Amino acid sequence: MTPMKTLTMNSSRRGFLGFLGAGAALVALPVMPAWALNTDQARALVQQSLNEVYAVINSGKAPAQMYKEFEAIFARYADVDVIARSALGPTARQVSAQQFAAYKQAFQGYIGRKYGARFREFIGSQIEVTGARPMKSFFVVTSIAKLNGRAPMTVEWHVSDKSGQSKYFNIIIEGVNMLASERAEIAAMLAANKGDMGALTAALQRAG
Amino acid sequence: MLAKPLSSTLLFATLAVAACSSAPTGEINDPYEAANRRVHAFNKGLDSNVVKPLTSVGGDDDKGGESAMTVVGNVGSNLALPGKTLNGLLQGRPGRAAQNAGRFIVNTTLGLGGIHDPAGQEFGLTEVDTDFGETLHVWGVPEGAYVELPVIGPSTQRDAVGRVVDLVIDPVYNVLGEPDVYYAFGLRVGSKAGDRARFGDTVDSILHESADSYAQTRLLYLQHRRYELGMEGEAYDPYEDPYNE
Repeated sequence: MTPMKTLTMNSSRRGFLGFLGAGAALVALPVMPAWALNTDQARALVQQSLNEVYAVINSGKAPAQMYKEFEAIFARYADVDVIARSALGPTARQVSAQQFAAYKQAFQGYIGRKYGARFREFIGSQIEVTGARPMKSFFVVTSIAKLNGRAPMTVEWHVSDKSGQSKYFNIIIEGVNMLASERAEIAAMLAANKGDMGALTAALQRAG
Repeated sequence: MLAKPLSSTLLFATLAVAACSSAPTGEINDPYEAANRRVHAFNKGLDSNVVKPLTSVGGDDDKGGESAMTVVGNVGSNLALPGKTLNGLLQGRPGRAAQNAGRFIVNTTLGLGGIHDPAGQEFGLTEVDTDFGETLHVWGVPEGAYVELPVIGPSTQRDAVGRVVDLVIDPVYNVLGEPDVYYAFGLRVGSKAGDRARFGDTVDSILHESADSYAQTRLLYLQHRRYELGMEGEAYDPYEDPYNE
């Protein structure tokens, strides 16, 4: 964020911490109409999503307003159902449809706030889509994130049309995947609330 | 620094330890969780009471503080290059070793001791990050159990050994006499403190805002480390296995 003149942050330094922030704005995940995906389409989808995410980041709106917009984009374009279900783990099988719906709603707000809160790190940054390839039943789109003062980071987007629409369901930043991280977090919150789904949902509404 | 016989004894003793436990890729091997959690609580307290207050002196608006931090960070990471060069050689990767060596030479001279980065900016000589933990991985030593080290933070048995060996074999520490060796060490530590300041929000969100900061730290460390070393497992497909069973 600081225009460096003679003194420049040595941007090729790498560290454990360097990559951790990158999840931030990336979770606002736009999507395209339902179609059978191919690599070009998966790649275009990520590109379009990045454009929209940056439009919000650069809008200069109040943070609270931005978080709402991130949540709206996430809700519209990411496969929130499969992400929320996977984050909850086997417990998802035991809860009622209403309980799951309330949890999912709270989860999406939590994601919008938690990752949206990191938007400042992305001001003046650039994420370049570099390629796409099929993997298993989905597509992996690769990109390079260049954030200020950090070594370039590899960000992978996992895109699937299994939900009936082409959507993202996971983001992997320098090997760290968002689904696994949220699974650990939700498991801890559920344990802290003694397995009570209502209490977990309430905690998610406050968290992030 | 430590004498040679001691260093090789240390090396082989710890290799033996690391060889005892290994986990399949993608899994977490944490038999010392109870002890690790106590260390984590200590580290977390250290961070909120000491490290965070110290490193957040002079926020984003303090250009002077930021510049000083940048100098320390750049010089500190420049001093780490000879050790990385040596590890590149030990791994049988002469190209990477040469890149780090070239970077060290250019930045130490033209870059005024590493304050500036002409190597990266003008010669395309970026740093190839490595350490003795990676060397052990290349040599076939398994990851071992997850351990959280006091002050230093998340690690594995293999990486913990790597850290000790890196201190012992580091060419900079071996060449410098007292008191320069302490200054060099101080700069390296200062460089890490700078990272804490720069990535403050990230650290806060993991350490002080997550429901189980121990589990988050462990997961992030292991995933990122395995990625760095090229030992990741298969990609997870929630459509095949929604509950990851």
